[in-house]
Amino acid sequence: MQQEIVLAMLAKEPSRAFQLRSRLDDALGPLAEGLNAGHIYVTLSRLEKARLVAVAGADGADTKVYRLTAAGHERVTEWLSEVSSPKPDLAEFHLKLIAAAAAGLADPISIVDLQRRELLRRLRDVQQAAMAEPNESDAGLVLEGIVLRLQADLRWLDSCERVWSERRSKR
Amino acid sequence: MNESVLLRARGLRKLYGSGEGLVRAVDDVDLDVMRGEMLAVMGPSGCGKSTLLHLLGGLDRPSAGELSVAGRRIDQLSERALAQLRRHEVGFVFQAYHLMDELTAQENVELPALLAGRAPRDAKRRARQLLDQVGLADRADHLPSALSGGQRQRVAIARALANEPVVVLADEPTGNLDSAATLEVLRLFEVLHNGGLTLVIVTHDERIAAIADRLISMRDGALVDETRLAGGTRRSLADFAGLES
Repeated sequence: MQQEIVLAMLAKEPSRAFQLRSRLDDALGPLAEGLNAGHIYVTLSRLEKARLVAVAGADGADTKVYRLTAAGHERVTEWLSEVSSPKPDLAEFHLKLIAAAAAGLADPISIVDLQRRELLRRLRDVQQAAMAEPNESDAGLVLEGIVLRLQADLRWLDSCERVWSERRSKR
Repeated sequence: MNESVLLRARGLRKLYGSGEGLVRAVDDVDLDVMRGEMLAVMGPSGCGKSTLLHLLGGLDRPSAGELSVAGRRIDQLSERALAQLRRHEVGFVFQAYHLMDELTAQENVELPALLAGRAPRDAKRRARQLLDQVGLADRADHLPSALSGGQRQRVAIARALANEPVVVLADEPTGNLDSAATLEVLRLFEVLHNGGLTLVIVTHDERIAAIADRLISMRDGALVDETRLAGGTRRSLADFAGLES
């Protein structure tokens, strides 16, 4: 997980690690289930060393309360204004098809089929999680985004199949 | 014949035109749909998937081949017997809902039962129960024009269930719906499927394919591929969301 996510969860008010974790759980729902619970402590201690967070004090039970430093605030503000772009791995797949066809090592169409099945299985997982979310939930919104991306990838695979089928029939 | 096979097609064909203009809309299809199965049929426009659905539901007659519903051959039925089949055994759901604009949601859902000769009281009771099931009890008195797309399609699904069909056949049921409305319809299909209903859904929508038990692909009138997706990937959702590193 990015350090900035932990920083941003802390922006609301000084908090203990478990409070950050529960903010993440609220925002991510089932998406948070795979996250390593210890990761947040590791990230906090790294952020502390980098002087982006500081320990504001400890309560009686000895749990540290963290707060953002001025530098931490600045980093969060920067992060919010950054435009992130999704990492497309389409070129690699495309080159795989070209190499398979050129070297006669594999049938491009069966590579497309294999990829499609994998994406459909992922879509099944994500769609079922989306269906289990109440309407308007925060997690539902991010699940919808993943569904839309998977759909776009599946449609592109249809285009790949069409083009490679035409090439095959011309040979 | 295996008890659990609900729909069975063997060598099913539907041809249009002749000579140069011959179109093989459905070309030698063998298919078994099991009781309680949710089957998605995908393929490019014009691949014959809607024609196949129409044949399965008796909306159209095959040019050749055998077709049975619950063990009974339907490929040779008279027009009258086919109409009976459509009314009592099959529920249809269409992309454009096909609701009667001048009837309320409640009346639309009552209609098939009334046409089948049920007592108005029973039809009314059944319709209320179905609207409740699809989450629209409070919209019973609304005209379709006062409902959202997702609500209209849920009314249409309730109507499809009015005569307790053995199978529901849906043709692009989410084709006119946005993401949120699609989710409502998918949830409803999932509930009906879990309740044991057999569903055959023709679609371009990968989201439906993804929740089906089985996905078949059609090209040029023929079945070319079959996929079972049950089990999913067993990877974490956080991984799909790009949260793990």
